[in-house]
Amino acid sequence: MAATTVVGAKKRLTPGRVVLHLFLITTAIVWLVPIVGAVYASFRPFQETVRDGYLSIPDSFTLDNYRNAWEQGDILGKYWNTLLILVPALTLTLFFSSMVAFAASRYSWRFNVGFLVLFTAGNLLPQQIIIQPLFQMYNRTPLPDFLSNSGKLNGSTWGLILIHVAFQSGFCTFVLSNYMKLLPKELNEAAVVDGASVWTTYWRIIMPLTRPALAALATLEFTWIYNDFFWAVVLEQQGDDRPITSSLANLGGEFFTDDNLIAAASVYVAIPTLVVYFALQKHFIAGLTLGANKG
Amino acid sequence: MATISPTKTPLKKGKPRRGKGPMALSGRDRTVFFLMVAVPTFFHVLLVWVPTLASIFFSFTDWNGIRFDSISFVGLLNYEQIFTVFERDFFQAALNNLVLLVFLFVGPTLFGMLLAYLLDKNLKGGRIYQSVFYTPVVLSLAVVGFMWQSVIYSTENGLATELFGGGEGVNWLGNQDYLIAFSDNLGISKNFIAILVAISWRHAGYIMVLYLAGMKSVDQSLRESAALDGCNEWQAFRHVLFPTLKPINVVVAVITVIEALRAFDIIYVLNTPRRTQVLSILTTNNLLGEGGGNVGRGSAYAVLLFLLCLGFVIWYVTNHYRESEL
Repeated sequence: MAATTVVGAKKRLTPGRVVLHLFLITTAIVWLVPIVGAVYASFRPFQETVRDGYLSIPDSFTLDNYRNAWEQGDILGKYWNTLLILVPALTLTLFFSSMVAFAASRYSWRFNVGFLVLFTAGNLLPQQIIIQPLFQMYNRTPLPDFLSNSGKLNGSTWGLILIHVAFQSGFCTFVLSNYMKLLPKELNEAAVVDGASVWTTYWRIIMPLTRPALAALATLEFTWIYNDFFWAVVLEQQGDDRPITSSLANLGGEFFTDDNLIAAASVYVAIPTLVVYFALQKHFIAGLTLGANKG
Repeated sequence: MATISPTKTPLKKGKPRRGKGPMALSGRDRTVFFLMVAVPTFFHVLLVWVPTLASIFFSFTDWNGIRFDSISFVGLLNYEQIFTVFERDFFQAALNNLVLLVFLFVGPTLFGMLLAYLLDKNLKGGRIYQSVFYTPVVLSLAVVGFMWQSVIYSTENGLATELFGGGEGVNWLGNQDYLIAFSDNLGISKNFIAILVAISWRHAGYIMVLYLAGMKSVDQSLRESAALDGCNEWQAFRHVLFPTLKPINVVVAVITVIEALRAFDIIYVLNTPRRTQVLSILTTNNLLGEGGGNVGRGSAYAVLLFLLCLGFVIWYVTNHYRESEL
């Protein structure tokens, strides 16, 4: 019933609807200006936009900005750095938080809510209260040379993986426990009757049923870890080892800034998240709202 | 606690029981259970909570960050200095955070809610609008900063200059003059407004998605009955739709407050002369930046930032877990 009313409403183009569309179209165009502007600028020679401004008809298009950004910014190397951090961090975050969520939401014990509060509150802390002691801790933790260029946890890929896992598992535990709480409790009881171990109950029964939430979280966490700027800027002081997002900070020259080059570099950084977003839009939005909807 | 309850038998207090307690588990299962909780908790506590407590500890010392034996307690000296010697820095940064917070609420949050409300009407092409408004949210704030810096706010030929500059260069990001001055050295600077606009661009889409999801789950019949009762659009929104969105409002409020207090990336990128501070930048600068080495004072800044967040964290967590069963 409701569906037919909706379809009917769609066909009727009242003046109100026309105004509404005009408003939304205008807003959407304004919304796209920074992105489209950056892409447009990235294909134009710097001299030309300096001369004519960005709001001009182009004389020529060029791929030089992309070529230069690729070389000067070592984009390929930075993508690789990101991948080395992202894959283990994402896997471990989901693995860790699903275990805590499982234990806290599927069993009754004295401190299970306490643990959830610990993780949830941890996720809401400002990073700045963590960073200084963390930096000092990392700086005093030696790592063998084959694990770290700096010989320390500070400035190594491992350090970034660890803090991502520790920090992000707060949010993920929160979301996953909300989700697991909704699964029928008889599942655990049936597992006990069948003689399944705790691990089997977790891995073979609860985890497969949690897949939608895991997919949503994986998509969301992909962008969050990928987009991280703060941890990497502070904990990877040597620019070379930085992942791609924070390596943008190296490109802005102190005396001369080629805005079109920066635009091209921004596009490089933006592409993977945009691809993931458009490919997995459904999961992405589900992820955000999983966190928002009270379990 | 450890008894297996027969299904569907309400327990005392009427709380639903999720499963049995782990204490009833056999030896091996108990070890597994313990490890499943302990390993993740170890990392979370070691890397998140221990540093937080350490920051609080350091804020009462004059540590320079080099050797532990040089730590000495100074009591509240760091805090005292922040409120006297560095008064200008601190209050300006706190003011900027506050402006950011208020602005996020009245600007992009309301606008995001409006967009969600409009898109909830099942318009043709609604999905496309939604994607467009949401795209900035996917980008990191650092990328957003660089895009705005290069294309919009470039002094000589940025889009903002060409559209509003009247043929002359406008130093959007470097202009420290106050737009609204509260005193000689406290006010809202012009370049901060430019930063606010860029942040809003990203924030509105985020809020829109949250509200849109909330509105989609509102029972259609509720709206129809509101229409039958002769509510006009505003009344229906104010008295029917809005109250049902309470859980979303809580989340949006927390996200907005935390984002406003934690804001770092985009301001780090856009604030090139490093003069327009927010608390997060002030903290980071004092810890590691040019003014580096002052762990004590930097930590005191961090603690003040933490205290500002804490109220909202407690409010949110209690709000969420209050009804949770044990």
